[in-house]
Amino acid sequence: MESGEHLFRREAGRITAALTRIFGIHNLALVEDVVQDAFCRALETWKIRGVPDNPSAWLMTTAKRRAIDVLRRERTARTFAPELERQFESEWTLVPTVEEMFGPNAIKDDQLRMMFSCCQPRLPEQAQVALVLHLLCGFSVDEIASAFLSGHSAIEKRITRAKKVLAGSKRLFDLADRDFATRLSAVHRALYLLFNEGYHGASPESAVRVELCREAMRLSAFLLDQPLAATPATYALCALMYFYAARLPARVDAAGNLSSLFDQDRARWDPALVMNGKKLLDLSATGSELSEYHIEAAIASVHADAQRAEDTDWRKIVSLYDALMNTRPSPVVALNRAIAIGQLEGPDRGLEEIRAIADSDRLAGYPFYAAALGELELRNGRREIARDHFHAAQSLARNAMERRFLEQRVIACDSEGEVGSYDASATSE
Amino acid sequence: MSEFVFLYRGGERATSPAEGEKVMQKWVAWMTELGQNGHMKDRGQPLEETGKVVRGKQKVVTDGPYTESKDLVGGYTLIEAKDLAQAAELSKGCPIFETGGLVEIRPVMEM
Repeated sequence: MESGEHLFRREAGRITAALTRIFGIHNLALVEDVVQDAFCRALETWKIRGVPDNPSAWLMTTAKRRAIDVLRRERTARTFAPELERQFESEWTLVPTVEEMFGPNAIKDDQLRMMFSCCQPRLPEQAQVALVLHLLCGFSVDEIASAFLSGHSAIEKRITRAKKVLAGSKRLFDLADRDFATRLSAVHRALYLLFNEGYHGASPESAVRVELCREAMRLSAFLLDQPLAATPATYALCALMYFYAARLPARVDAAGNLSSLFDQDRARWDPALVMNGKKLLDLSATGSELSEYHIEAAIASVHADAQRAEDTDWRKIVSLYDALMNTRPSPVVALNRAIAIGQLEGPDRGLEEIRAIADSDRLAGYPFYAAALGELELRNGRREIARDHFHAAQSLARNAMERRFLEQRVIACDSEGEVGSYDASATSE
Repeated sequence: MSEFVFLYRGGERATSPAEGEKVMQKWVAWMTELGQNGHMKDRGQPLEETGKVVRGKQKVVTDGPYTESKDLVGGYTLIEAKDLAQAAELSKGCPIFETGGLVEIRPVMEM
């Protein structure tokens, strides 16, 4: 059987998508009841009888049967998906229609439509991400709350409200819709945020929530499979994820400590993932669109090319950050650009650039802002000032791993000799 | 060797797929171990929560059983053990205790 708890999560997304297509999006609550019921039956049965050889097929069959039951029982009392209503009226067409909706290609399409439906503009971005995790990845409210460092009730409220909005839409998003392109960028953004949460996550247990990264990559692959959605920006987003994913094995060192881009054992970067990233980045280089994902992927690619941190082509990275400031300016991007300039032109220039960041007050609560100042001061030999900055950063740390990492930097201020350096990649939105 | 029936009573149902799957895996591990140690006679079956109750000389049929859910039998297994004490000992590995349920151990009557 597929590894551990992932089978259920994965199937939850697939079954939810198929049932939403069949019952109609306005019946989202009913969909969730049926999914929950199918899982409970599976669990209760498998506990005692053991797990069957093909658990996915078993779950699908159970869900299908339950769907047919519900359709038969409630077809006079309830309206289902309007475009399928007529097929459900007759026994001759009911079962074949449900069978068809549970076919592998239909389910793939429906998952995609569900994803696009979740990313609707009436929902705030954070709610879109939570909804995607909940409906397409089978994450429970508690699991989402722990991933986003939020309380159970806050996330529950957010998801309940989002579901209400979703259930209020007329139907699942149609990929042939006029605003497909706009919606696609909302989907990109949600997947980007999801991946980032996994990579830079503020989760208390761990700085790296590999699972979230994996889910973001899995959902992004759906986009690549669908010709309409496989745009240059989609390829670029996927490339970006692959480059970052390649670094995951080195991001935490053997002792369980966060390791900066400069200190990472680059031999542990996954070469297959880097190669995939390169391939995807090549494929993204068509058309005239240059998205922020293109630029970020290009930056990650430059890092991937450097065998050692000191081999990094900082000139290229600075120019890419310049481009990113044009495409999608933000204080965090400005900070990363300043750090790159510090690498290229020396710490004083870096400090100058940091001081010039326009809305730097938005970085006040961000530990790696103070840490960047500390790093540059330390390289300048102003150890006292550097220590103060690292102390400030430490008090802002969002999890134990970050705290330990910054503690090490405080210690570095007191010791002579090699001072190491600072992870430009630890900063991101 | 004698035969015993384990009746599984109560125990909370899963609220999330991932959580539920973890609990289920524990059951599978426990059952497998019973089998490997030669105690498994019949894995038995899970039971629906609903049903009918037929009662009295009039044989009145009602929906049921409607006992409190902590007393509801959710399934059974037939096992083999040396004696009741050993059967009770074997039941202690059952994951049902983690979710607030209990195992009732009943010796199969021998002639």
